Amino acid sequence: MRIAAGKRLAAFCLVAPLVVFLVLFFVWPLATMMSNAVSSPGAVQALPQTGEVLADWDRTSPPTADMQAALVEDLRAIEDDQTVGDITRQLNSAKSGFRTLMAKTVSAVREDTGPIDLVAIDKRWSQVPFWQAIAAATASPYTDRNLLAAVDLARSPTGEIVSLPDTRSANLAILQRTFVIAAGTTLACMLIGYPYAMVAASCTGWKRQAMLAAVLLPLWTSLLVRTAAWFILLQDSGLINRMLQALGIIDTPLALLFNRTGVIIAMTHVLLPFMVLPIFSVLIAIPSNLMPAAASLGANPLRAFWRVLLPLSLRGVVSGSLLVFMTSIGYYITPALIGGPTDQMISSVIAFYATGTANWGMAGALGIVLLVATIALYVVYDRLSSSEGQRA
Amino acid sequence: MMKPSRFFKMSAMLAGVLAVGMNAAAARDLTVVSWGGNFQDAQRKIFFEPFSKILGKPVLDESWDGGIGVITAKVKAGAPNWDVVQVESEELALGCADGLYEKIDWDKMGGEDKFLPSAVNECGVGHIVWTTALSYDADKLKTAPTSWADFWDTEKFPGKRGFRRGPKYALEFALMADGVKAEEVYDVLGTPEGVDRAFKKLDELKPNIVWWESGAQPLQLLSSGEVVMTTAYNGRISGINKTEGKNFQVVWPGSIYAVDSWVVLKDAENKDAAMDFIAFTSQPENQVKLPEYIAYGLPNKEAAASVPAELKKDLPTSPENLEGAIPLDVDFWVDNAEALTQRFNAWLAQ
Repeated sequence: MRIAAGKRLAAFCLVAPLVVFLVLFFVWPLATMMSNAVSSPGAVQALPQTGEVLADWDRTSPPTADMQAALVEDLRAIEDDQTVGDITRQLNSAKSGFRTLMAKTVSAVREDTGPIDLVAIDKRWSQVPFWQAIAAATASPYTDRNLLAAVDLARSPTGEIVSLPDTRSANLAILQRTFVIAAGTTLACMLIGYPYAMVAASCTGWKRQAMLAAVLLPLWTSLLVRTAAWFILLQDSGLINRMLQALGIIDTPLALLFNRTGVIIAMTHVLLPFMVLPIFSVLIAIPSNLMPAAASLGANPLRAFWRVLLPLSLRGVVSGSLLVFMTSIGYYITPALIGGPTDQMISSVIAFYATGTANWGMAGALGIVLLVATIALYVVYDRLSSSEGQRA
Repeated sequence: MMKPSRFFKMSAMLAGVLAVGMNAAAARDLTVVSWGGNFQDAQRKIFFEPFSKILGKPVLDESWDGGIGVITAKVKAGAPNWDVVQVESEELALGCADGLYEKIDWDKMGGEDKFLPSAVNECGVGHIVWTTALSYDADKLKTAPTSWADFWDTEKFPGKRGFRRGPKYALEFALMADGVKAEEVYDVLGTPEGVDRAFKKLDELKPNIVWWESGAQPLQLLSSGEVVMTTAYNGRISGINKTEGKNFQVVWPGSIYAVDSWVVLKDAENKDAAMDFIAFTSQPENQVKLPEYIAYGLPNKEAAASVPAELKKDLPTSPENLEGAIPLDVDFWVDNAEALTQRFNAWLAQ
């Protein structure tokens, strides 16, 4: 008994570094970002009196003197600028204008220790929407505002969920576009990568090495450099258009830049290795005498490929496609530099919230939506591919 | 069980190793962060290297692309790995309100009255004045565009236009093209109708706009002829004219200028050296060297006055260039950047 327990402990010690690594670099950050999306305790903690007074407010009648006095008291009690910053960011995200309003108010409140008429400091304090935002923020440390906004929804002042018009918010459209571009890239990688892997697997010696090196080489160059290179190649006066014009194939330059075509070309180039390598590793494990065997039984090459080689190598295609698809969902730089206005992917929106405005709640919420959508797609995909496997 | 003496020896050794490790971390040299490109090359030559000689220690420099989220993350994590950062005016306002920066010791800088009023802030010292303006390649365009109305006129000037992706600048320029006077732009933009009007005007030009993201892109777009006109940063335009012999021109009326400032991150390790560094870059005899490399205006009044006349004509701060130009309304963008960017993304996606 003791020996078994000791062994188990030893085994656990061996995997402990992995567990620690996963928890530290995967589970913990993910959990933090997710909790950021739904919890924003800043206002509840920092504005306790205001929260109490606002709980009795009907959220539609004009703001009262009690509400003002409570807010002044609360703001006076905050000594740390970073706490003020947290609340302000949260409130400004719900209602534009809180940034300058809070800056003005906080400095006025700190200068004067007596009772203060907030409306005299800034007339925006007489407007109901600003108080509605504070009421919503102080009502509960948890919020569904970010998650709703991530899918183009919002709560009306009375609490019902309403959808935002598509002139105001387009996260769902951008998310859908992200999946379309990722699928397009995956398909293009498959169509180019499979024949390439087949040729590479059928070669031997230095030819195979050279073909694999040609696929791997781009991985050693920075993504930004490769994207910039495509920018130069694809532009109207770029190498591709000039060559096609010189050959007389086209008269006017093809529009390859600032549109979907350009994005998929560049992304396919960048991600091709992730498709070629898994397929290649499966193909070289398939005995080379299977194709001649099929031919000897009367199958033409196309039929032999369709019935023998493709089913046997499907595992490589599946894992390659997953790798390419999952990686391309997160693409940001390539669409930003090569794509047009309708090719921006969801990561650029996430990046705007994360680095541009420090609104980590929104960034986390969009991340959750992306994660859930991807997992859902993966589950569907897994079902489909496993049922196909059983049939074969 | 380990013998006590051995145990102490071991822990002493461990503590020693830890201390050395922490010392190594504590010995990070002064780290200055700017915006890269030929601008940072010039800064390195004029400011970083000479200051490193005075300090007797290396000065590290890094570059970034802005974003208050980057600074917030660094400061909130504690012990930021940057000391001095060049920030845009919104980042200055946001970070100062949020307590992300150290307060400036203005006596060290030579006094607040030595600077342009817009360059003085309790958290930051103005470093350059720069402009976003209409730019074009004078070798390619025979008639020179003179206004944002010309920028919108695709019959008179056929071809694509470059715009920085995002609502900032795009909305202002759209209103000017729609006939709003430069000095009234932010009054109009402050109303919901004004915002609608700006987006409606952008609708007209939408099929002809190429959106750029980083400051080097508009130069490339103009050079390759991909666009006939673009918004661009004035310093980069005069820079490329000098280095690559281009004939790019800037239309000053209707341009929007802003101040970039140095800040010191809260609880930065080399806080004192950082303040000394900012003081060094603010001395007139050092600052005056900058326009030789890149055409940005100088916030130190004495430095601005002693720039040679032939360089002065390219600076956003020279009186004839300021005519018809407006300052960026920092308050407006600090309040509205998030909501308007969301709307802008929705507008783009349609």
